[in-house]
Amino acid sequence: MVDNIVRIKHDRVENTVSTDYPGFHNDNEDYSWDLTKFKSKFDIKISYISERVANFDLINIDTSVSNAFRRIMLSEVPSVAAEQVYIFNNTSVIQDEVLAHRIGLIPLKVDPDLLNWIDNSVDEKDKFTDGNTVVLTLDVSCSKNPNASKNSTDPNELYKNSNIYAKDLKFEPQGNQLEKFKSPVVAADPNILIAKLRPGQEISLRVHCILGIGADHAKFSPVSTASYRLLPTIEITEKIKGEDAKYFQKLFSTGVIGINEQSEAFVKDSRRDTVSREVLRHERFNGKVKLGRKRDHFIFNVESSGAMPPEEIFFKSVRILRNKAEYLRNCPIGR
Amino acid sequence: MVSKRRSSSVSKHAPASKAHTHKPGVISDDSFNDLLKPVYKGKQLTDEINTAEDKWNLLPAFLKVKGLVKQHLDSFNYFVDVDLKKVLKANEKVLSDVDPEFYVKYLDIRVGYKSTSKTKDLILPPHECRLRDLTYSAPIYVDVEYTRGRKIILQKDLEIGRMPIMLRSNKCILDGASEARMASLDECPLDPGGYFIVNGTEKVILVQEQLSKNRIIVEADEKKGIVQASVTSSTHERKSKTYVVTKNDKIYLKHNSISEEVPIVLVLKAAGIISDLEIMQLVCGDDAAYQDLFVVNFEECAKLGIHTQQQALEYLGAKVKTMRRAKLSILQEGVEAIATTIIAHLTVNDLDFKEKALYMAMMTRRVIMAMHNPKMVDDRDYVGNKRLELAGQLMALLFEDLFKKFNTDFKANIDKILRKPNRASEFDPLLSINIHSNNITSGLNRAISTGNWSLKRFKMERAGVTHVLSRLSYISALGMMTRISSQFEKSRKVSGPRALQPSQFGMLCTSDTPEGEACGLVKNLALMTHITTDDEEDPIKKLCYLIGVENISIIDSASLHSSFGVYLNGTIIGTTRFPSKFVSSFRNLRRTGKVSEFISIYTNLHQKAVHIATDGGRICRPLIIVENGISKVKAHHLLRLKQGKFQFDDFLKQGLVEYLDVNEENDCFIALYEKDLSKHITHLEIEPFTVLGAVAGLIPYPHHNQSPRNTYQCAMGKQAIGAIAYNQFQRIDTLLYLMVYPQQPMVKTKTIELIDYDKLPAGQNATVAVMSYSGYDIEDALVLNKSSIDRGFGRCQVLRKNTTVLKRYPNHTKDIVAGMRVDSEGEPIFQHQSLGPDGLGEVGTRVESGQVYINKCVPANATESILQQGSTGHRETPVFYKAPEPSYIDQVMMSVSDSDQALIKVLLRQTRRPELGDKFSSRHGQKGVCGIIVQQEDLPFNDDGVCPDIIMNPHGFPSRMTVGKMIELISGKAGVLNGSLEYGTCFGGSKLEDMSKILVDKGFNYSGKDMLYSGITGECLQAYIFFGPIYYQKLKHMVLDKMHARARGPRAVLTRQPTEGRSRDGGLRLGEMERDCVIAYGASQLLLERLMISSDAFDVDICDKCGLMGYNGWCTTCKSGEHVVKMTIPYAAKLLFQELLSMNIAPKLKLGDVFN
Repeated sequence: MVDNIVRIKHDRVENTVSTDYPGFHNDNEDYSWDLTKFKSKFDIKISYISERVANFDLINIDTSVSNAFRRIMLSEVPSVAAEQVYIFNNTSVIQDEVLAHRIGLIPLKVDPDLLNWIDNSVDEKDKFTDGNTVVLTLDVSCSKNPNASKNSTDPNELYKNSNIYAKDLKFEPQGNQLEKFKSPVVAADPNILIAKLRPGQEISLRVHCILGIGADHAKFSPVSTASYRLLPTIEITEKIKGEDAKYFQKLFSTGVIGINEQSEAFVKDSRRDTVSREVLRHERFNGKVKLGRKRDHFIFNVESSGAMPPEEIFFKSVRILRNKAEYLRNCPIGR
Repeated sequence: MVSKRRSSSVSKHAPASKAHTHKPGVISDDSFNDLLKPVYKGKQLTDEINTAEDKWNLLPAFLKVKGLVKQHLDSFNYFVDVDLKKVLKANEKVLSDVDPEFYVKYLDIRVGYKSTSKTKDLILPPHECRLRDLTYSAPIYVDVEYTRGRKIILQKDLEIGRMPIMLRSNKCILDGASEARMASLDECPLDPGGYFIVNGTEKVILVQEQLSKNRIIVEADEKKGIVQASVTSSTHERKSKTYVVTKNDKIYLKHNSISEEVPIVLVLKAAGIISDLEIMQLVCGDDAAYQDLFVVNFEECAKLGIHTQQQALEYLGAKVKTMRRAKLSILQEGVEAIATTIIAHLTVNDLDFKEKALYMAMMTRRVIMAMHNPKMVDDRDYVGNKRLELAGQLMALLFEDLFKKFNTDFKANIDKILRKPNRASEFDPLLSINIHSNNITSGLNRAISTGNWSLKRFKMERAGVTHVLSRLSYISALGMMTRISSQFEKSRKVSGPRALQPSQFGMLCTSDTPEGEACGLVKNLALMTHITTDDEEDPIKKLCYLIGVENISIIDSASLHSSFGVYLNGTIIGTTRFPSKFVSSFRNLRRTGKVSEFISIYTNLHQKAVHIATDGGRICRPLIIVENGISKVKAHHLLRLKQGKFQFDDFLKQGLVEYLDVNEENDCFIALYEKDLSKHITHLEIEPFTVLGAVAGLIPYPHHNQSPRNTYQCAMGKQAIGAIAYNQFQRIDTLLYLMVYPQQPMVKTKTIELIDYDKLPAGQNATVAVMSYSGYDIEDALVLNKSSIDRGFGRCQVLRKNTTVLKRYPNHTKDIVAGMRVDSEGEPIFQHQSLGPDGLGEVGTRVESGQVYINKCVPANATESILQQGSTGHRETPVFYKAPEPSYIDQVMMSVSDSDQALIKVLLRQTRRPELGDKFSSRHGQKGVCGIIVQQEDLPFNDDGVCPDIIMNPHGFPSRMTVGKMIELISGKAGVLNGSLEYGTCFGGSKLEDMSKILVDKGFNYSGKDMLYSGITGECLQAYIFFGPIYYQKLKHMVLDKMHARARGPRAVLTRQPTEGRSRDGGLRLGEMERDCVIAYGASQLLLERLMISSDAFDVDICDKCGLMGYNGWCTTCKSGEHVVKMTIPYAAKLLFQELLSMNIAPKLKLGDVFN
């Protein structure tokens, strides 16, 4: 039998590598890949899901697969971001390159499936079409506010358009984009500050947004972060009672350890633990508790940057992984 | 501690509604006002006052009054307000040799304002001077009184020149300007000032360290058995050095203008002390041991048969080296020598040599003391024996020299006119004064811009006095203002002057010194120091007599040494029998403000002396006065300080705080902390972290680091790219490095807040994982996260200036800027793509290598006059852009310079993202280059999904012992989790234990080590990884500026070998050692290829018969082409043969067959 608990010691982590594949163990169990067996064991539990964040568990799956999902979500799920910024006028203090960089990093609310990939073999002038490019414009000029009170020092009151936000980027539909996209393209977070202006200053520019992947540039990554942690396990090997139990409880995150009627400490909810390993510092609990993490229980946390709901990003990562596998299978080496 | 911080962090966000009132008349300085606001940096008025902790508030109060570069400003202010008038007084009259009735007398001198107006003259604002390559200066006005015919005329506000003005001095238009006013002048309110702008460049006059003048220094050479007391006398007229030395255990007086050493007894006799008994009493007192050592000296004088003053003076006069025109008698020479040459800083009135005799006797006594006890010598390196020379003093020396020259020229001019027998009109000397007005202006400008201080009076020729203010970063500029350079030679191999002196404590920074040749010679001021300016001596002298000092002129020599001598600036003025009473009453007068707070007084028990110093250039620092073991600064004082009702000066006036210089510090017991106070303690340190200077103050937890690491950081902090000033985008500097997204450090220090590093930071808080990764991290290389770079980590801008002047020529032609050229389709040609119709690069356009950004043309004919010339055409001399990477045009400025020529400045900008080989460093002297840039998904991550920005190899820690860096990480991590900025102040700061507590409370391990998952396999890493934010600086060394390769390229003219260096597109040298390798390996063909064929191969014709070189298949020596053979040799070899020929050595080549 394979031990699937990663052992958390005070100075090191043990048993981190999974060994449930054929040929590693000498016992007679069959570790070869079996879809039905996987299907019977595999489980997904969704604990929280919202427009931006999803938190779900993948249970009984190998590290390699779940890590692939994580990696793909970070860098291979395509999304739309500004790529070319054509600056007609920029008299603000912020330099053209920096302004372009800032605009590039603004997450846009566009369904990436509605756009095609840019064909880089095509000539520069014809590269951008309504099928692969979203055009945004920004035309702001700052002026004095005539109604401002005389001794005001607040720039928001003194000037008009002194702050440029992501919401000031205006969508310019090309071709049939208006029907195709249903809703106009906007920034996912409208209040990202792009630049500050003072009276007389002006920014006028046009942005071409295209499809890309996070591996090329972080701006194309559809997630703020996508990562997982392993499910913590706490095993109390010797009874902890009374004052000790109360003290013991404090060494974990709130709600992890409960105290029953016999004033004995018991593990209430190990999922909530952050594994701060504080308990291992205390002499009096030496040998009384074993910390660990389940190696095949992944608690995923996906934070979307706004273009797509997090679950969709995950589904796409699955699809991409499947395509990769498909590709490999079709390679001469796979046959 | 912890709970207090929390409560304050909440209130931080509440608006500071309480308006704080200023004292009338106090200069308002907005940046400092923050420090005194009710809620500032997490502290508020309602917080309980704890004297032990809150006494540090005296430091911001001190800096509010004194500023960071107050030493420069004070010195310059003293110069323009006081010293200038003294110089004028010393040279007030210009007389004529021709007309005895004639005179011109200077009455008053002012800089920057006229007598009629109370306000300052309007001068060009400093930033305009920077941009237009002008000098930031103000007119110097004098009031003169002179004769015209029989009348005496008073002329006011006569301009005699322009004085470069130190920025932020009291003559500067920025003095007392509010932040809004500064902004309207395009000036940064955080800029410390203290420098000059000459011809558009910012120049600093570094503080110069010297051995103190007019003081006796006793030294001993144990090997040679020599003891000497020397004194460098410095007056307005001359500088000279007088020695009292031992030679064969006898004592002599030595001086540069006396040809040989003169027995000291003889000199004393010449100075009017004829009685041997009196000499013995003056020198030795009644100490038998001293008498025994000294008695031998009488013999020599007696042998010479000198008994009277006259004899002695004649003897002395015969030895004097003179260069006087008018011959004096020997006696007169002797009198003159005693009166003016020896110990020149003492002035002799009515031939009363008593004072000088006493001075020499004291010098002799010091020699005797050192002979008797070798420990009684002085230490040259002791900070108390040093004086710092600042901008004001140097400017005063220069101005006096120029003013004297101005007056002699003026006089010569007047004499010339007055000599004319019959003048048409009445002579008005003012008509000839203005002719020379340029001399003072240009003399001052030249000296400051070149740094060559040449003073005729002292025959002084000093180079490298001024330096260009380094604007690499805010810190480098600030560091330059506090720098002290030593006059000591760099090449000499003595460790003494370079060593850290215990007396530097609190005065000079213990960490900030460069490595290498200037190590220990270039120092920096500590944070809370003041450098004194000269104070009047006479009132102090009178005061001393009033409080019980017996006047030296009425003391009988027998009792001189029975009581304590009182010395004023090294000169004995009297004695006191109750030194401690005298010193304490003097100090009381100082504390009550009756005498200047910068006058120091201390007793020296070894010398039985009380020294009072009023001279300028002493370093001193404020300390809290302690009486009876209780600090005089109480909680209510500090409360009033916080409320803004108290200024630092109030603490001085009330006698709570006083300034001590190094010598007086030696006389005091100073407690570091309030807990150390006891009965005998006299002073309390205001804040221990002030032992460090401004630059070393950036380091968090420096007291946990190995000391050299702090020194390294001091050097590197100056190279860090960050924000330079609020006006950084207005500046057009030769080279400017800026960071796109600078951040203030997570772990700050109090110094950081005081010097406003948090407002102009140079670095970013990077999340660092201390682990090994990929093998591209050996030898301090760093692994960077590509996504972090994509998001703007370490992004910086490089701005480079190019200046062009459009000249005018004497034949009325001038340089022009031509428009762009277009091709057949009307598109501009490639070279002119970035040009606008005016022939200048358009702002915002991109320029690539080979493109033009100023299309300048010079006239084809600039010498002949227009009338006779044929062609009026122009020749294109465009300014090309040549660099591997393109730039953008940031600014184009057109203006007119001083000489009415058009001045064009173009600023080119590059925005760079970090790449392989760029240099980074933390604040702990740990530098490294980027070794690899890794995709985010490959990097390890923690439970929260946080990836590191930087991975640092753990091998960087054990040998460097930068524990401070580890604590910075933990504090930074705690701060991130807690939403607070933590402090890593030296000898204080957030406690590690508290930080660990926060980590545990937030669910992290106490040690700062996290369990990470490998980004590549997805599995847990088997070791816990030290993981958290560390402030990282990007240093100015970037590969883009260093990368270099060449296949073919330019060659040197003389040797035809490839040129050297990147700037000249040079070749990479195969040096001697590489050559040795190739020889050892036996690759002769490779050697030939590298050393000749790829370098300077040259085909020569050699005559096999005579062995000399010919040409064109003809031997000029043999007059035949019969034996001429062609062969290839290095051009350098050919050159050598020809050079040898030119000095009559004929190198002959004997040729052999290759296939023999």
